[in-house]
Amino acid sequence: MKSFACHGELMRFRLHLASMRRVACFVAALFLTSGCNRGILDPVGPVGAAEKTILINSTAIMLAIIIPTMIATVAFAWWFRRGNSKATYLPDWEYSGAIEMVVWAIPALTIMLLGGIAWIGSHDLEPSRPLKSTVPALKVEVVSLDWKWLFIYPDQGVATVNQLVVPAGTPVSFRLTSATVWNSFFVPQMGTMIYTMPRMTTRLNLQADRPGVYEGISSHFSGDGFPGMQFQVQALPADQFAMWAQSAHGGPALDGAAYSQLTKPSSYVKPMTYGAVAPGLFDAIVANRAPSGPVPPQQHNQPLPGTKA
Amino acid sequence: MSFFGRLTWHAIPFDQPIPLITSLVVTLALVGLAIWVWRKGWWPYLWHEYITSTDHKHIGIMYIVLALLMLVRGFADAIMMRAQQSLAIGASQGYLPPEHYNQIFSAHGTIMIFFVAMPFVIGFMNFVVPLQLGVRDVAFPTMNNVSFWLNASGALLVNLSLVLGEFARTGWLAFPPLSETQFSPGVGVDYYLVALQISGVGTVLTAVNFVTTILKTRAPGMSYLRMPVFCWTALASNLIMLAAFPVLTVALAQLMLDRYLGFHFFTNDGGGNSMLYMNLIWVWGHPEVYILVLPAFGIYSEVAATFSGKPLFGYRSMVFATLTICIISYCVWLHHFFTMGAGGDINAVFGIASMIIGIPTGVKIYNWLFTMYGGRVRFTVPVYYLIGFMLTFVVGGLTGVLLAIPPVDFVVHNSLFLVAHFHQVIIGGVVFALMAGYTYWFPKAFGFTLDERLGKAVFWCWFIGFHLAFMPLYVLGFWGATRRMQHINDPTWAPWLNVALVGAVIIGLGIVLTVVQLLYSIKTRDQRRDITGDPWDGRTLEWLTLSPPPHYNFAVLPDVHGEEAYWTRKQTAIKEEKLIDEPNYQPIEMPVNTPTGVIVAFFASLCGFAVIWYIWWLAILGLIGAFAIFVWYAWRDEHEHIIPIEEVRANARERRRIRMEHLHTISQST
Repeated sequence: MKSFACHGELMRFRLHLASMRRVACFVAALFLTSGCNRGILDPVGPVGAAEKTILINSTAIMLAIIIPTMIATVAFAWWFRRGNSKATYLPDWEYSGAIEMVVWAIPALTIMLLGGIAWIGSHDLEPSRPLKSTVPALKVEVVSLDWKWLFIYPDQGVATVNQLVVPAGTPVSFRLTSATVWNSFFVPQMGTMIYTMPRMTTRLNLQADRPGVYEGISSHFSGDGFPGMQFQVQALPADQFAMWAQSAHGGPALDGAAYSQLTKPSSYVKPMTYGAVAPGLFDAIVANRAPSGPVPPQQHNQPLPGTKA
Repeated sequence: MSFFGRLTWHAIPFDQPIPLITSLVVTLALVGLAIWVWRKGWWPYLWHEYITSTDHKHIGIMYIVLALLMLVRGFADAIMMRAQQSLAIGASQGYLPPEHYNQIFSAHGTIMIFFVAMPFVIGFMNFVVPLQLGVRDVAFPTMNNVSFWLNASGALLVNLSLVLGEFARTGWLAFPPLSETQFSPGVGVDYYLVALQISGVGTVLTAVNFVTTILKTRAPGMSYLRMPVFCWTALASNLIMLAAFPVLTVALAQLMLDRYLGFHFFTNDGGGNSMLYMNLIWVWGHPEVYILVLPAFGIYSEVAATFSGKPLFGYRSMVFATLTICIISYCVWLHHFFTMGAGGDINAVFGIASMIIGIPTGVKIYNWLFTMYGGRVRFTVPVYYLIGFMLTFVVGGLTGVLLAIPPVDFVVHNSLFLVAHFHQVIIGGVVFALMAGYTYWFPKAFGFTLDERLGKAVFWCWFIGFHLAFMPLYVLGFWGATRRMQHINDPTWAPWLNVALVGAVIIGLGIVLTVVQLLYSIKTRDQRRDITGDPWDGRTLEWLTLSPPPHYNFAVLPDVHGEEAYWTRKQTAIKEEKLIDEPNYQPIEMPVNTPTGVIVAFFASLCGFAVIWYIWWLAILGLIGAFAIFVWYAWRDEHEHIIPIEEVRANARERRRIRMEHLHTISQST
């Protein structure tokens, strides 16, 4: 932050142009926000934090190789330019075993190191792996619809649309599917995204440690209403979450008719809360047995084998 | 079903001024151009020398012309997307509704990969490979012409969707179930499928042709390890094409069966599974990247050696690296969907396999670096692109390796970070190479060089424009911005999106300057003639013959000694101050021209159009027409025509005279 401020001062001093000054301050502000309080660089839970660490470490490892290479590229090209009489011309020099060994070894060693990081990271952060915690995980079932998100809380017996309320500091164990085309469930500040796919279930475990409101999106294109498919994550302190779940019971019930209504395409949908949920709704959606709007119901009466649970 | 199937007046988008006016202007321009060419009396020349030509050089030029035209179309889509994303922020919905915007990004990707990058790369392979191998043509000259026209037919259908009906709104890979009839009932996806199937046939034929050419027809003495690196990369690229494009054909055919005949390969119902499509499309899709980038590496290798005045450093290492990439490129497709929920083992294996590609690629970067070491680097336009590429591509490689680490991919997959990454490797890797190759081989094709100053201006536009257009997308990707957004909800993204728009405009300026450069160079061609056929002091066999080369390339197939066939020969001539003894000239047999390709493509387009609109009688007619042409061609009597010995000898002696003069100039100057 300090260096940017200094840079801003310097520019102010040198350039007596108000517009330039504004631009400089604005750019500085942008960099600061990008680095400090948003997106995947500002994780609020253990998954996102671990992923950010891997991202930064890997970038640093590669920059250590890449920056010297870039400097050497410009330096070699410039020093060995045709007009430079001081440079030695080696018109037939085309092979050196020692150099060959080095140029194969540098990328190979780098990749071995990064490969190790990838191997450990992809096991530790496997989306279906439950998070270590003393608190039992909250179960949430996620359904992507055209074009909104349905969150079912099987243990609380409530459901929400476009609003995911979770207790801070508690792991959340998601089961996800889609009642339409593919989407991808993603809360950048919490970490890992995962596809929601019709007739299939994916699993994901996340946790928000810091109470707050975080943006969630679909990160897989799903048709015309796709940009209006964002939702909000509200991470509440545990006691407030219990109060919220209690008060949610006052809302309308998510029965067959209400669900059928919900499957009709709509976008930029305001958050809603349902006070009761038809039991087994999520599994019915996965099995394609739930009532729905766009497809004639006679086409999917029987549950089909091969559905991943 | 009516006589014209689904086709009615409603297919024309009278309510959408942008596509309507664009197509009107383009149609008028094309008609105007046709009339102008007719008034000039150039049609017979075009018909005999290009449209029906079996000359690999002219087919190559046609591919590149197609690619440049489609580049303009694809770029128009790009700038519309950037403008929409700069305008449609917060309360504003911008000027493109979703159904239009979604067509544009789908068309942009489809056109840029299939009808810009592919024909551009194939065009260079056509023009350069036979010349570098020291032979007179590709293995199957007529098939070569057919390949081109089938590719053009696909491009035609994609562009036709602008004025009749709509294009796919499902992204450039048309993932089901979104692309199934249930969710995309219109003609858009059908345009996509049919156009790619037709051009895909052309691409597979190209692969057959070039693998055969490189393996079976080389000049005497041109053993595998004496082939120029560009030929090696072309071989690797065509081997991948041969293995990967049939997979694409199958995936698209399955989707067509779903859409046309009610099958259930990828549907939500009836036991379909859309994950299968995801796998198949990427089994093609990832190798496709290497189909494009390997020949690009070949171009950089030629440019680096020629303009450093030194052989390529580590030739064998380069060949080995190329073949390693060729093979591993087929084993990494799963990294396109780490977020599908596969376990840690699978994700890690494919992630590490993807990273391993970074090793031979890194070696290549170092080998170009050491090619310049100890050289006398001439800062010509192709060298600008080479250095620009090396600086840009290593960063693209870095972001690529990041995406190959599954836990990192979990947070940047499908984001603008990914968009920035693949544009960085495709523009910084492939497009820079194509522009370098365009400048490098232009004099060989047309006998005069392109203007250097304007060429450098074009380079700077691409280089600066690219960075302005895509670096902001990395930042936005970190902020959680995903791709394919017709509307932006977060107003704080605006500044970065505006910078990206400025970048796109600068790239657009570069494209305009490319046209200016071409026109200016044509106008001043008399001052920039390439008399000797070797304007860059080249090292490979294409510089042995005149610019432009005669139809038969070489009067006598060159005898190859050593890795740098032409360089060795040139140095011997300079040292001995004489050319090799005049060989014994023979009459040359060359394949005759044939309209087979253009007629087959005509019927294929007809058939494809009919299939898209359910005009079944026309589809059958198109198929019969295309088949009849094949039969007619198979029964032909005349295969080749003979170039008489007098003509060969006269041309060859003229070349020798020019070379002798050149030799004298060199020996006087040293």
